[in-house]
Amino acid sequence: MIEASNLTKRYPGGFEAVKDASFSISAGQMVLITGHSGAGKTTLVKLISTIERPTSGSLVVNGQNLSALGRSAIPHVRRHFGLVFQDQKLLFDRNALENVMLPLHIAGLPRREAIRRAQAALDKVGLLAREKANPIALSGGEQQRLAIARAVVNRPTILIADEPTGNLDSESGMAILDIFADFHRVGVTVVVATHDQSWIERYHPNVLRLAHGRVVE
Amino acid sequence: MSAWLIQHRAALAAAFRRLWATPLNTLLSLLVIGIALTLPAFGYVALDNLRELGRNASGVQQISLFMSLEASRKDVGEIESRLRQAVGSQWRFVPKEDALKRMKSSEGMAEIVASLPRNPLPDAFIVEPADTEPAALEALRQEIAGWPKVAHVQLDSAWIKRFDAFLRLGKMALWMLAGLFGAGLVAVTFNTIRLQVMAQSAEIEVARMIGATDGFIRRPFYYFGALQGALGGLLAALLVLAALRLLAGPVGELAALYGGNFSLRPPGVAEMLGLTALGAFLGWLGAQLSVSLSLRKFD
Repeated sequence: MIEASNLTKRYPGGFEAVKDASFSISAGQMVLITGHSGAGKTTLVKLISTIERPTSGSLVVNGQNLSALGRSAIPHVRRHFGLVFQDQKLLFDRNALENVMLPLHIAGLPRREAIRRAQAALDKVGLLAREKANPIALSGGEQQRLAIARAVVNRPTILIADEPTGNLDSESGMAILDIFADFHRVGVTVVVATHDQSWIERYHPNVLRLAHGRVVE
Repeated sequence: MSAWLIQHRAALAAAFRRLWATPLNTLLSLLVIGIALTLPAFGYVALDNLRELGRNASGVQQISLFMSLEASRKDVGEIESRLRQAVGSQWRFVPKEDALKRMKSSEGMAEIVASLPRNPLPDAFIVEPADTEPAALEALRQEIAGWPKVAHVQLDSAWIKRFDAFLRLGKMALWMLAGLFGAGLVAVTFNTIRLQVMAQSAEIEVARMIGATDGFIRRPFYYFGALQGALGGLLAALLVLAALRLLAGPVGELAALYGGNFSLRPPGVAEMLGLTALGAFLGWLGAQLSVSLSLRKFD
């Protein structure tokens, strides 16, 4: 499903955030990308989710070589991913339901169908009762659950998250872990970048350890 | 309904919502666009009316054809048949007897005419060509002058040339004015859209990350620009119409003082729709330029 070969990302100025990374993630796996701060976890997540383009090497996702992808094809590839960010990137000028409807709106779904699916996604993360609430009125954990609902509403094949529990207390963090595990159980490939070791103890996922931009395990 | 159509409908609805969300800003923008389009549009209508006035004015753009004194009825018939063949020209025959009668009725002329041994006036034709361009009129004058038994052909070409030059000057000034105000309209839309892009940068960034295409992001701004321009164009058309309504009375009175019955021609439905469409196009152009520049930072 995800095949990386000698993947390198060099930023202007010469800094290499990811160096010669080669790894393989099969469909339905739950993979944790771990490492210290500055190890290259976020850059790797951005490369997989096409937010960043690799400087060299190849990255094949679902049979598509992302390194050779044209600019106009990128949005269509991104729709197969569910992205969850540490800072959630929620929109505070609309309510929870409307935030979750955004990917469906982009996909061109009729409004009624979009509402139905967005409510189902909110229900999965336990936020249906707060559908009319503005994200600013939600707690940190609820905001992260809302971000997960937005990520999964389009039924992605790969759920990618970057430090999803980074700003949460341990209880809220555990709740988020459980939600990711639920999606993994129904066959969704889950790729999470985190330095939170409790994930490994609780779910024993496959681990991709990074150090100074290189895959070390 | 296809996804494409749903997205267009949603973009149009979003554009309406944005216009409605800030009524005062919308009103001010529409006034600026409306006034910017009103000035050249009013100039266009004024020139059009002036052209019509020139066409209708007595003696203007007419050719007077005077037969020689010895021309017979047969010669007059020959000229009539030639005029009949002259495509698009209207004409009327003025017999020399009628001309003499008219002269006699003029103040102080009755005694002079009575003292004449015979009618000194020739038969004449007043020709009103369809093509009133100075060059075409001059060509027709020369052609008529070559016809048999035609003694004199009179065309006030100097007046026509002056009038035509004035109209051309007016037209050119109008184009320059239209270009300037059109650029102003594009600039107004450009700035409005730039501010909107800045205000919605969070939404644009998130939408891009979760799979929005360029078209999806740009579309609502294009609709907004076109909609704002169209409404401004419509406002301009209504302002021109209102101005002509106000001027119709005084212009009619002025024309009556000169013995005419000229009335201002208001813009037709096609012209009003044209102005609306022009506003929409310029608004879309401003949005297109603004979005292209403003969205670069999201690449």
